[in-house]
Amino acid sequence: MINIALPKGRLGEKIYDLFERAGYECPSIKEKNRKLIFENEEKGVRYFWVKPSDVSIYVERGAADIGVCGKDILAEYSPNVYELLDMKTGVCRLAVAAKKGFYDDGRHTLKVATKFVNCAKRFYAAKSRDIDIIHLNGSIEIAPILGLSDVIVDIVETGSTLKENDLEVVETIFPISARLISNKASFKFKTKEIEDLVEKVKLLLNEKEL
Amino acid sequence: MSELILKEEERISLSLRSLYKKYGYQPYKMSKFEEYDLYVTNKEFLVGDGVITFNDTDGKLLALKPDVTLSIIRNSVNAADKRKVYYDENVYRISAKTKQFKEIRQVGLECIGDVGIYDEYETVTLAAASLAEISEDFVLDVSHLGVLSAILNSVSENREFQSALMFCLAEKNVHEAESICDSFGVSEEDKKRLSILFTAYGAPQEVLEKLAPVCKGKAKAAFKKLQTLCKLLGNSKYAKKIRLDFSVVNDMNYYSDIVFKGFIDGVAEGVLSGGRYDKLMVRMGKNVGAVGFAVYLDLLEGFREEKSATDVDVLILYNEKTSITVLVKMVEKLTKKGYSVSAQTCKTGLRYGECVDLRGGNV
Repeated sequence: MINIALPKGRLGEKIYDLFERAGYECPSIKEKNRKLIFENEEKGVRYFWVKPSDVSIYVERGAADIGVCGKDILAEYSPNVYELLDMKTGVCRLAVAAKKGFYDDGRHTLKVATKFVNCAKRFYAAKSRDIDIIHLNGSIEIAPILGLSDVIVDIVETGSTLKENDLEVVETIFPISARLISNKASFKFKTKEIEDLVEKVKLLLNEKEL
Repeated sequence: MSELILKEEERISLSLRSLYKKYGYQPYKMSKFEEYDLYVTNKEFLVGDGVITFNDTDGKLLALKPDVTLSIIRNSVNAADKRKVYYDENVYRISAKTKQFKEIRQVGLECIGDVGIYDEYETVTLAAASLAEISEDFVLDVSHLGVLSAILNSVSENREFQSALMFCLAEKNVHEAESICDSFGVSEEDKKRLSILFTAYGAPQEVLEKLAPVCKGKAKAAFKKLQTLCKLLGNSKYAKKIRLDFSVVNDMNYYSDIVFKGFIDGVAEGVLSGGRYDKLMVRMGKNVGAVGFAVYLDLLEGFREEKSATDVDVLILYNEKTSITVLVKMVEKLTKKGYSVSAQTCKTGLRYGECVDLRGGNV
């Protein structure tokens, strides 16, 4: 039995569809109820929905054997897991954005508002830029408008939220997509099952690309 | 009876110690405190975790021992003979992630001095035997940093490239490695050679066959060493549990040659970690080789422990009306029969099998 942690929400549903097409279906998951764990004994899979940012924790601690989460989460928390596959879905990027026309003259400490504290610190440390991190949990876009910060470091998908708030991307930090991760110990003892699953999903993804 | 009282990790610690003794390893006991200087210069050896420090009575900075290996090396004599020691110690660190103090129980061994292929074999076999003491469902992953660094060096000596690629290797992250190779302009042929490091893992013989064609030049010498070791291990009792896997990467500033990591089915993290650390010896001014490993017993807490439905067999209730002689006799009688007993004046949260009520003086 492989335990699979999926991120709650649109991305997770898309990922489940992929797994289903790869032959790991679990019909009960589509029933409308509040259950969180779904099992298909015959196919040897058990799915559960968790908060997207928690997927890596479930996998790292072995409560889930494998899971799918965004590269942003992996880069931010650096969990000790295997990253086995780029699922090429949920594509976006982590970027620096600021009010239109903003120019960093480098004369003062740069105030950076973000959810991704570690990523932002690493990015600016590599440039030796002195920054003041402001950790926010949501509605990051509002920070530069109200003068709370000079720039924000956040996920940008289409850029329309930024545009509507009169902000623009200054710099891309790294591209993001959903990744399939595995607990290291689980991979040792369920090698065949996990490899099979990864291989089948990979084939599907390649088909899609062609 | 003693087996019932010993916790699983205590039982394991006892059997590991007697295993190491059998192979001539001597017990090593050390002080809880060390001078902080020892750790400052080798900070990365502690894998990112912090050291708990405090001042000595004369103002000198001391550390609560965060690691055993460094202390053993410092106290080892620089001679041609071999020193084989084992230890069972608590070490203390500040978790890099949660910033909390943590206590880690390590049992392990070190072989320091004129270390050769036999010692590497003995250490890996003892590592496998240690895991077998814990559970029969285990895997010991072995990697060779000599092979790895020779192959990486033959592709590019750029430090940034190497450390980025090692990071991907530890994650079995092929897609990221490909894009790193592209950004550093690695040739298609070299990419293919590198991909073998990522995709070849499993039974040693199979992996060696896949690896042989890509080991040229310096890598060939290291490959030969690995081959000899694998041949020896192939005849050992644990041959089927030992695998080659290059995703086991330890810091190349400290480790050379073989490194290994042990996993137990049902425990989410690797419980055993070790390797040959000649480079660390050189950094500490000792011109000899060394190989060793540690088992992290704290990870085994609660492993396979059966949850009991009761805390005591019999709860005896008494109050001021109860004759003390009656109570004493009752406790004696029951414990003699082998029951565990708790005498209380009222029902607490304690879970019990039977209850004997001596309140009011009557049974």
